[in-house]
Amino acid sequence: MTDTTVLLGHGSGGQMMKRLIDEMFLEAFGNPALNEGNDAGVAPLGAGADGEAGSAPVRIAMSTDSFVVTPQFFPGGNIGRLAVCGTVNDVATSGARVRYLSCGFILEEGYPMDKLRTICQSMADTAREAGVAIITGDTKVVERGGADGVYINTAGVGELPAGAELSGSNCRPGDKVLVSGTLGDHGIAIMSQREGLAFAAPIESDAAPLNHLIAAVMEAAPHVRCFRDPTRGGLASTLNEFAAASNVEIEISEEALPVRDAVRGACEMLGYDVLQVANEGKMVAVVPPEEADAALAAMRASRYGENAAVIGEILPLAEDASPRVRVRTPWGSARVLDMLVGEQLPRIC
Amino acid sequence: MCLAVPGKITALDADAATATVNMLGVEQRASTCLIPTAQVGDYVLVHAGFGIQIVSAEEAEETLKLVADLTELVEDELPVADSDPAPASDPEPAAAGAR
Amino acid sequence: MNAPASTAAEEPLAPGTASASVPSPSAAPHAAPDLAAFRDPSRARELIAAINRTVEAAGRPINLMEVCGTHTVSIGRYGFRSVMPDGLKLLSGPGCPVCVTANADIDHAIALARMDGALIATFGDMVRVPGSTSSLAAEKAAGHDVRIVYSPLDALDLAAENPERQVIFMGVGFETTTPAIAACILEAEARDLPNFSVFSAHKMTPPALKAIADDPETRIDGFILPGHVSTITGLAPYRFLTEQYRTPGVVTGFEPVDILASVEWLCRMVARGEARIENAYQRGVSADGNPVARALVEQVFEPVDAAWRGLGTLPQSGLAIRPAFARFDAQARFEVPVEPTREPAGCRCGDVLRGALAPNRCPLFGRACTPEHPVGPCMVSTEGSCAAYFRYREEA
Repeated sequence: MTDTTVLLGHGSGGQMMKRLIDEMFLEAFGNPALNEGNDAGVAPLGAGADGEAGSAPVRIAMSTDSFVVTPQFFPGGNIGRLAVCGTVNDVATSGARVRYLSCGFILEEGYPMDKLRTICQSMADTAREAGVAIITGDTKVVERGGADGVYINTAGVGELPAGAELSGSNCRPGDKVLVSGTLGDHGIAIMSQREGLAFAAPIESDAAPLNHLIAAVMEAAPHVRCFRDPTRGGLASTLNEFAAASNVEIEISEEALPVRDAVRGACEMLGYDVLQVANEGKMVAVVPPEEADAALAAMRASRYGENAAVIGEILPLAEDASPRVRVRTPWGSARVLDMLVGEQLPRIC
Repeated sequence: MCLAVPGKITALDADAATATVNMLGVEQRASTCLIPTAQVGDYVLVHAGFGIQIVSAEEAEETLKLVADLTELVEDELPVADSDPAPASDPEPAAAGAR
Repeated sequence: MNAPASTAAEEPLAPGTASASVPSPSAAPHAAPDLAAFRDPSRARELIAAINRTVEAAGRPINLMEVCGTHTVSIGRYGFRSVMPDGLKLLSGPGCPVCVTANADIDHAIALARMDGALIATFGDMVRVPGSTSSLAAEKAAGHDVRIVYSPLDALDLAAENPERQVIFMGVGFETTTPAIAACILEAEARDLPNFSVFSAHKMTPPALKAIADDPETRIDGFILPGHVSTITGLAPYRFLTEQYRTPGVVTGFEPVDILASVEWLCRMVARGEARIENAYQRGVSADGNPVARALVEQVFEPVDAAWRGLGTLPQSGLAIRPAFARFDAQARFEVPVEPTREPAGCRCGDVLRGALAPNRCPLFGRACTPEHPVGPCMVSTEGSCAAYFRYREEA
């Protein structure tokens, strides 16, 4: 890594961030659980966790996420709802039943109390919906000028059922790729607020807790390979992560992608690729082909999954080829889909 | 050379020469000073906050007719050895372009 | 069968749906143009088949060039090169206005950004493009005020809201954009804004076409002519291609069917040895273009010789702000130290821009030069040929 200072692009969910993680964080404190690179770390607890013979440890899944979004209030939600959904979803992607969250606030001096109250109420409502309890927290206040209003960190813990071995490295040729609904809603809701775009019918963030949807899919498709929520960097990042972890090629069909018209229009205007726009209430799942129909039905029957679709499949890698993701166009050509490099900039000309 | 997105004018402020344009559900303000004859209900191309052209449904149809001509199997038109002489009728698309 | 276009007028257009039936000439006055028809996959596949037949029957290699950054990106995104016949090459030319901006002009923009009190307003594409030693993005990271705007009108608002700052709008773009800038300068004059100016690096398309046609190294058989530039200019400025160079050109839209139709039409003309300027983007371009827009440009700007990356200095190819509007001309108003120009070592952007080198043939492509660590503007700009080739690469 040649960068001598931290740049905005290091936080955007794309290749720059991956380099920072690999070369800075994993380099310093990597370990088997962390190195898996999944959204939640899975590790043993209780009797047998240190390898003592004769005991089967409980496995926990743990995840943490920090929320620094501005604006803090946007159509469809606020930073509080995001803070609960983001961590619930990350833990749930491991297949664990999410139980408990922690919550740390970094507050800027001068932040209005009634905004904070609204944020906390959203967190309470969302936690209740997800069936999790916030059991510990922390509060810090920094001088005016820091924290941009409010930053929130949440960490979550859940227990893994015996035998659940979900991982981005499990994908096999022939598997199907599913997405639980329309793409790009959250990122466009945020960008449109920032850019002052108005919509005839406002695009809302899709922030939602998806642990119940995941549980439904696991029941319908017991051999599901992995889940991931396509947040920063969008679907492109998630699929590239899976391809690299599993050493496969992934091909998706452009025609199969569910996208709202208004999101498509905003992406055209702002010059974004909807495949690289963040989602906060969507889940990607990879399932064996014989379980794809059941998985799709389970998604569509779940709250937040009504627009679920099968969008592609896993293919074997040609000899000497690198893992990659391709998009097939309606007229038979295919193009490579990369991870985002740095920040997306609206283009005009 | 530039991104210009088509949308429908839903409101017009003639004095300020600005319009509200709905593009696939996105509502934007755009200047109409480059397209002073634009009316509410017209479809327009918007570039960098300015309407630059009124888009015509009839002209769109002209292009679709052109496409139909171009995709007709007209192998006998092209300089291929062993072909029979071309028939008298010739769906030459050039007429559509001359305006 | 979908509802006729006139009753669909109130609904948001749904991409990818099958086309509506053809409306009669007496359709309701504000019938929605059926834009989905230009994305229709079956029409696209039929056109691809037609192109394959035409090129095979032609029995000779055909080189077509597009000169519009949005065409560069569209052709890449639609993956067309991998479904074109072997004898047909689709080349990208000097279509990206940011890419053809000379390093000296970018350095000048950066020098303005470093000026005390300056507030730079720019389109997004300009921000990461490297000058000799820096970029607007690097200047922003170093604490100078650089803001991305979607419209030059936003820059006027910034000037009104920040009376103590000098707001300088970076004027980069071809004929599609210049009328908007002209209108803004006139608006600034009407509002008597003392703190708004434009740094004009605007350029015109026909001189670039002439330079390509004159270039002995590239043999272009037909031009995919820009869509929205032509919306402003009309067809007349392209006639010299047929009159002096016997090279056909087709004005082209941006949807998949638009581009494929133009490619097929060009291939037919080339196969038959015909040279005409045709319009395949009738819904967006009239033969006479937009005279109102051209009049505004004429009022505010005058043609000057200009330096283009890759093409050298082309006579009467750039636009400078007329003396009558000198107070809105950042070059006239502000004296700033511009560093000596240095071209990036090994960069072949110039050759790429004139179509003499395909991006993936540049020795730096994909190795020293990628979107993540770009060497030259063609890899940085979202409409640059190298960026498009890299991003949408179609490995077999």
